[in-house]
Amino acid sequence: MWSYIFRNLLQRLVLLFIVSVIAHSIVLLAPGEPSEVDPSNPRMQPEDIAKIRAAFHLDDPIYLQYYHWMRDLMTGELKSFKDSQPVLPKIWDRFLNSLPLFICATLLVWTLAFPTGIQAAIRRGSAYDRGSTFIAYTLISVPGFFLSYILILWVVDWFGVPVIGMRTFGMEDASPLFQSMDKIWHLVVPSIMSAIAGIAILSRYVRSQMLEVISQDYVRTARAKGLDEDTVIYHHALRNALLPFITLFGFLLPGLIGGSVIFEYIFAWPGLGRLGYEAILSRDFPVILTINFIAAALTLAGTFLSDILYAVADPRIRLE
Amino acid sequence: MTVQSETPLQEFWRLFKHDSLAMTGLIVLILLIIAAIGGKVLTEWFVVFDPSTVRLVDKFLPPFSFASKDLLPAEDLPQFGIYLLGTDELGRDVFARMLQGSFVSLSIGFVAVGLSTFIGILFGSLAGFYGNVRIGGLITVDTLIMRFTDIMLCFPTFFLILTVVALLPPSIYNIMIVIGLTSWMGTTRFVRAEFLSLREQDFVIAAKALGLPARYIMFRHMLPNALAPVLISAIIGVATAILTESGLSFLGFGVQPPYATWGNILADGRNFIFDAPWLFYLPGIAILVVVLAFNLVGEGMREAMNPKLRKRS
Repeated sequence: MWSYIFRNLLQRLVLLFIVSVIAHSIVLLAPGEPSEVDPSNPRMQPEDIAKIRAAFHLDDPIYLQYYHWMRDLMTGELKSFKDSQPVLPKIWDRFLNSLPLFICATLLVWTLAFPTGIQAAIRRGSAYDRGSTFIAYTLISVPGFFLSYILILWVVDWFGVPVIGMRTFGMEDASPLFQSMDKIWHLVVPSIMSAIAGIAILSRYVRSQMLEVISQDYVRTARAKGLDEDTVIYHHALRNALLPFITLFGFLLPGLIGGSVIFEYIFAWPGLGRLGYEAILSRDFPVILTINFIAAALTLAGTFLSDILYAVADPRIRLE
Repeated sequence: MTVQSETPLQEFWRLFKHDSLAMTGLIVLILLIIAAIGGKVLTEWFVVFDPSTVRLVDKFLPPFSFASKDLLPAEDLPQFGIYLLGTDELGRDVFARMLQGSFVSLSIGFVAVGLSTFIGILFGSLAGFYGNVRIGGLITVDTLIMRFTDIMLCFPTFFLILTVVALLPPSIYNIMIVIGLTSWMGTTRFVRAEFLSLREQDFVIAAKALGLPARYIMFRHMLPNALAPVLISAIIGVATAILTESGLSFLGFGVQPPYATWGNILADGRNFIFDAPWLFYLPGIAILVVVLAFNLVGEGMREAMNPKLRKRS
């Protein structure tokens, strides 16, 4: 077991290095070089160009550029072009804002997708199965922002739920109780919207996993033993159907940034995705690179964790 | 006289026909392809519906309204003097724009998926076929390709696409290529898994024993057997690409004018959601229906091809 973890960790460190190289290569994507991306912008002063050239050491060979970027990142000296604030604390602040949204959406996804998917699999071909299939595919197929706008029009008129920002303006003096209630209230619509596509996709996945498992011999054996249906489904079948979801768990983290750009933009949520979007708009290269790198690094960490969990849950993996 | 047994294709079609959702999807897709080709022909080659004429006197007209014949010069009048789907903020004919957009949206989907499927098949079959070959005695082909796939899976896809599209000069080809280059990982994994199980089968060993060249074995003998999941993921990939394009348009980095796509008609339409709701709802519902059709057809094919599920029905 320990050697498995150790080997896995070592492999991932190598991957992390390659990930950072690829993340850094985004600088090279800019036509010419980062300082030439926006030459038509009248506010681009010669000193701005000098700042960009200095920040990325553009006069050095590429491996030195990479080295400087890594060193600045690690020592916390990497500064945003926009406001000259250090990049890491900036990202950390936004990360803390995104976190409640991410946790709420994830909880919604995992608690709703499983019952829906399991029921659909058990009653394969029934009206419920076909109905939930159709609804799930509709929710997967609708552009997220289109659905959000319709929902906003609807909920604002009917329920008066806030749909902008994280807190009501002018609530700074209220008691902590009211402030936190206000925050939770603001979370409702954005987290439902971020969760909808996830619920649809995951419930389809749960359904197909359950179908795979239900047709196995040991499930038939369990039924033949005379176990009642609930024990067969939830004790024997479900536990084996759950295995692949451990892997899926590791891939949740990129959604924290990638999936949230559009929703944080719609709901004016000051989170990580919005920071990324603002950075892209203002060509804030240090922030763009670092967000891409951190997202990929988090995913590596997430898949590492899920690999270990998988090895704990399924002893066959360890022997490979 | 022998009993004619079903070919796999016939069996697939029989099962697929039964699936009413998937059949509806297929019909929608056939209509869409006709609309897209018709749109290309009628808006660009023989301009029957003109998507770019600006008629400021006729802006924000609801669907099925007549053009102001007295105020417009004769050559600016829409076909039959009527705006089937209304007009937008510049008085352009939304029906003509949607027609033109259907071709552009669909071609973004097809080109992006074509590219990602090509890369996926190439990498997947190399990793599956040459899996154990070592490069420089250090690392196997399989490890090299699959670890690279893992790395690409780590990046948040939409944010990466957004970054790259925003930094490159705006162009419809860049969007196609970037979507294609960031979505080949699933196909690679499918193809590799199929190749690994096919590699040890008798017909492949026979082909090797005959001394056929490797590329011939890979692409003529093995690939056709591995194509089913690739096809399904390609169909669903087109749907995803159309959604990605609309998301990019929403954030302002989509296909730039003069090209109309459903994504950017929808993204522009959101500014007029109260004054001209058809500018928002029409393209939104069109995207929903088409993407849904792609997804249902893909799902129907998957169900019809799954031998495990087939036995039970």
